[in-house]
Amino acid sequence: MEKTKFDYEKYLRKNTLPHIWCPGCGDGIILKSLIRAIHKNGYAKDDVVIASGIGCASRLPGYVDFNTIHTTHGRALTFSIGIKMFKPRLKVITISGDGDALAIGGNHFIHAARRNIDITLIVFNNYTYGMTGGQASPTQPKGSFSTTTPFGSIDQPFDVCALAQAAGATWVGRSTSYHAVQLEKFISEAMNHKGFSVLDIITNCHISYGRRNKMKSPAEMIKYQKERAVNVRAAENLAPEAMEGKFKTGVLYNKKDAPEFSEEYYRVLESVKAK
Amino acid sequence: MAQNIRLMQGNEAIAEGALLAGCNFMAGYPITPSSEVIEILSSRLVRIGGVCIQMEDEIAALGAVLGASLAGAKALTASSGPGISLKQEHIGYASMCEIPCVIINVMRGGPSTGLPTLPAQSDIMQARWGTHGDHAIIAITPSSVNESFYETIRAFNLALKYRTPVMILTDEIIGHMREKVVIPEKKDVEIIDTALPDIPPEEYKPYNFKSGKVTPLAPMGEGYRYHVTGLIHSETGFPSQKIDIIQDAQKWLYDKIYKNIKDIEKFEEFLTGDAEILVVAYGSTSRSARQAISMAREDGIKAGMFRPITIWPFPDEQVSRLAKRAKKILVPEMNMGQVILEVERNACGSYVRGLNVVNGEPITPDMIYASIKEISSL
Ligand SMILES: Cc1ncc(C[n+]2csc(CCOP(=O)(O)OP(=O)(O)O)c2C)c(N)n1
Ligand code: SF4
Repeated sequence: MEKTKFDYEKYLRKNTLPHIWCPGCGDGIILKSLIRAIHKNGYAKDDVVIASGIGCASRLPGYVDFNTIHTTHGRALTFSIGIKMFKPRLKVITISGDGDALAIGGNHFIHAARRNIDITLIVFNNYTYGMTGGQASPTQPKGSFSTTTPFGSIDQPFDVCALAQAAGATWVGRSTSYHAVQLEKFISEAMNHKGFSVLDIITNCHISYGRRNKMKSPAEMIKYQKERAVNVRAAENLAPEAMEGKFKTGVLYNKKDAPEFSEEYYRVLESVKAK
Repeated sequence: MAQNIRLMQGNEAIAEGALLAGCNFMAGYPITPSSEVIEILSSRLVRIGGVCIQMEDEIAALGAVLGASLAGAKALTASSGPGISLKQEHIGYASMCEIPCVIINVMRGGPSTGLPTLPAQSDIMQARWGTHGDHAIIAITPSSVNESFYETIRAFNLALKYRTPVMILTDEIIGHMREKVVIPEKKDVEIIDTALPDIPPEEYKPYNFKSGKVTPLAPMGEGYRYHVTGLIHSETGFPSQKIDIIQDAQKWLYDKIYKNIKDIEKFEEFLTGDAEILVVAYGSTSRSARQAISMAREDGIKAGMFRPITIWPFPDEQVSRLAKRAKKILVPEMNMGQVILEVERNACGSYVRGLNVVNGEPITPDMIYASIKEISSL
């Protein structure tokens, strides 16, 4: 029997399509998963704000029918904080590329985490600066190639999840654009979490990253994700050497009932008022 | 009825003016000589149910202000020199996306860390041109504590009315000096508030480049779903690369300010009626200029002062009107010569001289008086 088709159009701004993404880019898979997750969580469109920085990933908000803001490079979280603090009833989601979230936006990233403010940050981690043509990224694996590391990167990459957790985020997870069903589940869970939630999504950019790293086609990149992703439970039983070149996926950290920044702020406000 | 008169510091007057204007959101990052603004609001805003947060840097502070403003807040940030440099990227974003906000710059001396505790007027051109790309901005230079209070209220009104960043440029002298402020009743002050558009969401467009009227910004989360981007956009808010839209969009950012200059401009004239020597002075320097003019008048020298209160857009028409008669113009300022460039453009052939002090000390009445004497004998 044919399954009823999910109605994406309800959430898309058809007048802004076609999107700018290259055919085969992983970002579209994440867009669809995000829409399904929002639908599943049952939010009213008017109550959802999606803010992004600058980059390929950050073009997403233009295509979806919510309150949307395409801000400045790396700084979407600062806008998100202003919105959440002024109108805590709104559901605030932030979209960033890896360069956006962790290079130029690194300071905002750790401080949003430190505050444990109720915002969901989704990092579209394609190991590269897609929009500007494939320069080095702070998550790019050591030894990989980019236009500004033509002889191989010597940098130590950030582990987005470890950094988020160390800085104070209370929900941290990782998935890939290959795991589309899991993505929907994790995005939904991250949005349901009260506090700062970070979902690191390994996604494919064959155009700016893949073709410089022996993965010319989207299929090769998807295969890379499939082969390198190790579920967190499976990873527990693996020796460290076996994890070499691989990454953990799953919900890596979930701390419930930690004080959330906007709630704490309004609690102080009430206590001052009572005096 | 008894007047409510209070003695306060310039920075406090800004905070109090903001509160009277209905400011309900502040985000900042401490920096001398502006820190009192965030310190005062950290307590005062909490007491009235508003939000005040210290962010991780000045870029973040203005980002949070713009986010809150999009959600319907009346939002403010305050800083000085190095912090204002960091804010430039988001000042441009506010211009481009037409997001109301008030930015306080309590000016201090020098490039870089410069003179943290000493005054200057060296950010006048930065206020106009600090962010990249063609844009217009409103900037205001109060010259007293009382004026800091009232001009902060006006800054909020202009920010909302024209959907633009408005900068208040005071300096270390006015920021830290104590003077009396006559606090009005809220009902006696004109206050423009955020409001929902008077059209239904289906008809709402976040921008309007054609009618000459500024579309009100619909607070996010109230049923008006739209898109905001720092890319050049059409009236729908979505990015556009069509050349006619690009032209209209960029021109609009200029026109909405410059075509309304009569509404935005504000200035004071002191003994200009018969003035043969015109002193163009603003902010704290205008206080010394006023006294110097009185001293010169006692010597029989016909001197007068034009004091721009709105410094951007610059009051070209007013300066050229006065320049035509004056023949000689003196521009004292605590910088190497910034407003003098605007005066020269409008001098209509009159002789223009600058008096420039950049040693961290105020320009005294004696110094201005000496310059007036000197040019009167030319
Ligand atoms: C302040 C600033 N610096 C640089 C740029 C140029 N720029 C645009 S996107 C980008 C990097 C994008 O990479 P990433 O954040 O990883 O996102 P992706 O395009 O890969 O999705 C850069 C450097 C900019 N827009 N603004
Ligand atoms: S450059 Fe890369 S990240 Fe950008 S749209 Fe193309 S494939 Fe996607």
